[in-house]
Amino acid sequence: MAVTLTESAAKHVADFIARRGKGIGLRLGVKTTGCSGMAYKLEFADAVQPEDRLFESHGVKVLVDPKSLVYLEGTELDYAREGLNEGFRFSNPNEKDRCGCGESFHV
Amino acid sequence: MALLQIAEPGMSTAPHEHRLAVGIDLGTTNSLVAAVVSGSARVLVDHQGRPLLPSVVRYDARGVNAVGDAAAAQAVVDPANTIVSVKRFMGRGLDDVRKAAGGAALPYEFVDAPGMLRIRTRAGDKSPVEVSADILAVLRARAEETLGGQLMGAVVTVPAYFDDAQRQATKDAARLAGLEVLRLINEPTAAAIAYGLDNAAEGVYAVYDLGGGTFDISILRLSKGVFEVMSTGGDSALGGDDFDAALAEWAAREARLGGVHGALRRRLLVEARQAKERLTELESTFFNVPLADGQVLALHVTRKMFEALTEPLLKKTLVATRKALRDAALAAADVKGVVLVGGSTRMPQVRQALRLLFAREPLTDLNPDEVVALGAAMQANLLAGNRGGDDDWLLLDVIPLSLGLETMGGLTERVIPRNSTIPVARAQEFTTFRDGQTAMAIHVVQGERDLVADCRSLARFELRGIPPMVAGAARIVVTFQVDADGLLSVSAEEKTTGVKAQIAVKPSYGLADDEVARMLAESFERAADDLKARALREQQVEAEQIIAATRAALAADGDLLDPGERGAIAALVERLAACAAGDDHLAIKAAIADLNHGTGEFAARRMDRSVKAVLAGRTLDEIGT
Repeated sequence: MAVTLTESAAKHVADFIARRGKGIGLRLGVKTTGCSGMAYKLEFADAVQPEDRLFESHGVKVLVDPKSLVYLEGTELDYAREGLNEGFRFSNPNEKDRCGCGESFHV
Repeated sequence: MALLQIAEPGMSTAPHEHRLAVGIDLGTTNSLVAAVVSGSARVLVDHQGRPLLPSVVRYDARGVNAVGDAAAAQAVVDPANTIVSVKRFMGRGLDDVRKAAGGAALPYEFVDAPGMLRIRTRAGDKSPVEVSADILAVLRARAEETLGGQLMGAVVTVPAYFDDAQRQATKDAARLAGLEVLRLINEPTAAAIAYGLDNAAEGVYAVYDLGGGTFDISILRLSKGVFEVMSTGGDSALGGDDFDAALAEWAAREARLGGVHGALRRRLLVEARQAKERLTELESTFFNVPLADGQVLALHVTRKMFEALTEPLLKKTLVATRKALRDAALAAADVKGVVLVGGSTRMPQVRQALRLLFAREPLTDLNPDEVVALGAAMQANLLAGNRGGDDDWLLLDVIPLSLGLETMGGLTERVIPRNSTIPVARAQEFTTFRDGQTAMAIHVVQGERDLVADCRSLARFELRGIPPMVAGAARIVVTFQVDADGLLSVSAEEKTTGVKAQIAVKPSYGLADDEVARMLAESFERAADDLKARALREQQVEAEQIIAATRAALAADGDLLDPGERGAIAALVERLAACAAGDDHLAIKAAIADLNHGTGEFAARRMDRSVKAVLAGRTLDEIGT
């Protein structure tokens, strides 16, 4: 199973990377902290690590380390707007329970 | 649920611990808030998509009635309770504002208050700090809604020429609005950061800022990652609004309108503004003038005509720009880059004039309305700790004018020289001037001039409880400390006893309305005068000291002299006193020398007497030990 971006998310990522002036893609990950067990990590990627799994979605490279991948299989990243706030949202089939903040989850 | 943003590699934060920081351009006409979101800085808009918040607050009996566009719309019907351009009053006393207005009618009912004036509104007397805080609170709410969390802090920009009182007032306003101020930075510095000049080659940059109602020119030098303000200049009553007014007056003349007042004048100004904006893109357009009979006259106006009408205004800015270069002792060719700030720099004639003056293309990639806020946001993001390893630059700012204190004779003793990078702390030792002096008045001043009277007074405080000692025996260490925001605190400590006094320069606010640029220029122009004045004061202080000492000696040991000798010394004292009242420091010096010479014999006799007194009744052994 892959990790994918929606078209809108890919467009925004490409745009952010262009404005930032550097970066080869997007790194998704999972950190074992947070109020509900795990937390998502969303960062610019400047280099590919040897262990990284690479995906490509609408022309944007997505890098995931193997430890995180077990929690992220099948995840789709979307870009959304809620009032003045806009940003990325994880849609993860492994997620069983999440904290209201949207950043932490349980599997 | 908060939506996520992309962090720098390795800089992801734990949930609920996002380091949200914004940059705020608190402008005279408009204010903006910006933030770095997913790696790039952008201005945050309101629900209607508007980036600019007019710096206007309207009050009603219950308090804040409206801020921004809604308040600006009411300025006409309720001028007394609608505060516009409050930035002009920040850190200012009523006298300063009256002086700046030069006799022109002031728009509000002001209340004089110690330090800073107040504005009488239906909601009570408001200080400029409170009004600014009401503007900042709206920006803060917009930012928190947009970023989906509480702000950890903000970088707020101020004009380069703002003095300590105005900076402190700005910081107070932010605090009042519930914002932690990470740093105050200069507006031109923020603009330069937005263009990434802080990572560019070292060199001199000019920042030309033509806003709605103000014009500022700043010459910055970037060296070792520090922006040093070399000179500033401008006109606090010149901006895009004046270009509109010139065009509106022309239209009124062309249409043979009689008296243009009230609603008609406002209508013409709006039409003028729109025509001006169209002329940025188009070579010609129509200016719609409403006539008394309800018809509308469409006047054809070309860009060339508009440029001719407003040429005197543009010229003023160029004169100020050249002066700023001169003040910095630079030529236009020394400037490595020209940054444009303010919506009025969109006018093609402004760009063309700067292209000619500096013989290079001005930097125009960024929106000139937003560039200051964007730079502040980048700095805020950095200070909040969201930037990754390889580019951990730290921008430093410098002190625009030297900080020092008053010494005897009204002379300035510089403790921290101008252009010192901040934060900085410097200590200097002082001593007492008179025997038995138990207190010392410390007068903190800012400026480059040698006489305190020509500098800006920032604060006064007293160190008390110095034990009585002979003049010159006390050791008083005065420490000046300037934090990263350029705010000063001063402490004084008498070393032998440890008595201490200190003051945070919460300045008296009511400072003379001088500009740094003018003060600096004066200090250069008047260097020779200052040298003379300093020499004179030094001699006068010495004269005063020696006269007091001689009189005291005559009173104590006058019996050592015969009446003739005594008369001669008294005459020398009188002559020195007369010279000291004049302004010839060489004459005073000569009279001091004469008096010293004339009292030589007297001093020798006194010495004999005191030695005898000490030795009287003591054995040789005692003296030997």
